[in-house]
Amino acid sequence: MRVLAAMSGGVDSAVAAARAVDAGHDVTGVHLALAPDPKSFRTGARGCCTLEDARDAGRAADVIGIPFYVWDLAERFRTDVVEDFVAEYAAGRTPNPCLRCNERIKFAAVLDRALALGFDAVCTGHYARLVDGPAWRELRRAVDQGKDQSYVLGVLDGRQLAHALFPLGDTLKADVRAEATCRGLAVAAKPDSHDVCFIPDGDTAGFLARRLGSAPGEVVDADGAVVGAHDGAYGFTVGQRRGLRLSQPAPDGRPRYVLGVEPVRRQVTVGPAEALDVREVVAVRPRWTGHPLAGPRRCLAQVRAHGEAVPATASPAGEGVHVDLDVPLRGVATGQAVVLYEGDRVIGSATVSATVSVTVSASR
Amino acid sequence: MVYLDHAATTPMLPAAVDAMTSQFQRVGNASSLHAAGRAARRVVEESRETLAQALGARPSEVVFTAGGTEADNLAVKGLYWARRAEDPRRRRVVVSRVEHHAVLDVVTWLVEHEGAEVSWLEVDAHGRVAPETLRAALTDGPGGSQDVALVTVMWANNEVGTVQPVAELAAVAQAYGVPMHSDAVQAIGQLPVDFAASGLDAMTVTGHKFGGPLGVGALLLGRSLAVTPLLHGGGQEREVRSGTLDTPGIAGFAAAAEVAVKSQPERAEHLAMLRDDLVQRVKVVVPDVLLNGDPDLSPARRLPGNAHFSFPGCEGDSLLLLLDARGIECSTGSACSAGVARPSHVLLATGADEERARGSLRFSFGHTSRPADVDAVVEALPAAVERARRAGLTSARQG
Repeated sequence: MRVLAAMSGGVDSAVAAARAVDAGHDVTGVHLALAPDPKSFRTGARGCCTLEDARDAGRAADVIGIPFYVWDLAERFRTDVVEDFVAEYAAGRTPNPCLRCNERIKFAAVLDRALALGFDAVCTGHYARLVDGPAWRELRRAVDQGKDQSYVLGVLDGRQLAHALFPLGDTLKADVRAEATCRGLAVAAKPDSHDVCFIPDGDTAGFLARRLGSAPGEVVDADGAVVGAHDGAYGFTVGQRRGLRLSQPAPDGRPRYVLGVEPVRRQVTVGPAEALDVREVVAVRPRWTGHPLAGPRRCLAQVRAHGEAVPATASPAGEGVHVDLDVPLRGVATGQAVVLYEGDRVIGSATVSATVSVTVSASR
Repeated sequence: MVYLDHAATTPMLPAAVDAMTSQFQRVGNASSLHAAGRAARRVVEESRETLAQALGARPSEVVFTAGGTEADNLAVKGLYWARRAEDPRRRRVVVSRVEHHAVLDVVTWLVEHEGAEVSWLEVDAHGRVAPETLRAALTDGPGGSQDVALVTVMWANNEVGTVQPVAELAAVAQAYGVPMHSDAVQAIGQLPVDFAASGLDAMTVTGHKFGGPLGVGALLLGRSLAVTPLLHGGGQEREVRSGTLDTPGIAGFAAAAEVAVKSQPERAEHLAMLRDDLVQRVKVVVPDVLLNGDPDLSPARRLPGNAHFSFPGCEGDSLLLLLDARGIECSTGSACSAGVARPSHVLLATGADEERARGSLRFSFGHTSRPADVDAVVEALPAAVERARRAGLTSARQG
């Protein structure tokens, strides 16, 4: 196969590319330049999009012995990931930009260009397994449960998975590092990237404030009583406890959490922890790795990258999907993806549009 | 392997390899007083004479540097600082829009950090500066030419190969008493270059573009001209450029210059024959191809080794990848930061739109090029263009 290996400059994608070569593929490396104005040197511990990362990726490609190019996807990344991220927060939702990047950049813009140029697959250093099932290619959890990234890949459809290659799914992260050292890859000891790559200082609220400006409003409790004020509802995520700056303590003195964000009225609702427990999830824009859901189906539902998967029943509901959770999940925000598994196999995903909590009859 | 990127760097000539190899086996700092130092100094000075002879300069006008970028920096910054020190009104740098980044970025830096002003010389659709354009720049401003520190216009363009009317431009600058520099790194060995006859005050050359080693070049600098040094230290090179002289590099540089200049007429003919063949045949296999630069392929107008095309609907990046996979090495000819291709400022200056600039590819011939190289490109190109066009369409659709 002719394989295009996306190389971030980190250890995982470098080892993935090397393994693709070992598997006998004809591999070409590309680094995706995603930042509009790449800085020369890394700021902080994260590794993404700097000139140094491009150089690290190129150096790894040289060691592996494959051609290497840089593809400029900064504009696509800005519109499809960064602007989408800002717009989702502005609408009171909580997006996952890594998932969006996989959906729109790595396995769309990059994959389409690769296929047009005569490549057969795009290879990445994601921790997930691809298994050819009886009818289609299945996405499964990685062997390294702590590193499993099937959640952020759950949004890929059958066609995208058919052209994907994840050589690290059967390996533990520690072994990948050791292998990188054996292969003479200088990135072996490079720290893992964390958080949102386009917010290097990790200050999401500050980033959103700069983009969206001040939009002061009220913080209310479940009964509608005003208990505080805020500078922008977009700075709050369901389940958040810190930074609420409440003027009125709760009558029972217990900590309060964000239960809902209403951007039009600029209202943030807070309440006790148990009000965060969600029993039902309504989700839209489903993507299925195989056949679409035909009727109720027992599965496991996961709502965040490293969250717990709980037993559930998923049923088709109009264009979307309705998920009844056997065990309540705490803090499910609209905009998050719910990824559905059967055992360790992803069956599909959808974007949360509403939740039903255990204590309150219905919330956004 | 089909290497068609000689404008980036070209293989060393055997005479240069021989000259360097013998020097690598000897010891001696050309500034030392003992026998070993004297021997090294003799090699440096003989090389200086050889280079000067080859380029129509006097030996005392040769300032050795570590390559073209350093020579450009020394010329532009050094002349700006020295001229401004003589007369504080001289803050204006007159520069063409199609310069190499080794000049462009220096000018931009002077504007941002040293209070310089810039007058951009516009070019025509082929990338050429008209002498009237320079004359206007030297007369139209409120200060006339009194506020001008220097003029800099390259001899021949590295991307599209357009040859500038350097002697005519230098005559204009001279008439207004303004020193003129030219980056001539692409011209040596392909065009006749005579520093004295050109009327220039300063000229950049570098070894590796004509068969010398990497990392050694020179600024030819008129004796009457003061420049402020970039590198201070031991006072070598008339105190303009300190640093222990690179005897082997300089020996190889001079040996290559001698051969390249002596064989220039035949080489130019050979390169033009290959280039003309490529241009003609690419037009046949890719009918909608656009030739960038001057369509008049005569050596007075265009570097004989340069072919620069735009392929509508393609990304130059995609073509480069596809041709590289077929063993054909060429260039998108555009500036890189982190390897990210930006639309060429040269093409944009000629009035090309961004799509034409992005879809461009440069093939540059050199002394090792053979007719089989042209055959290989003509054979591989149609399929590559078709693929790249499909890839270009996917980005356009989603973009």
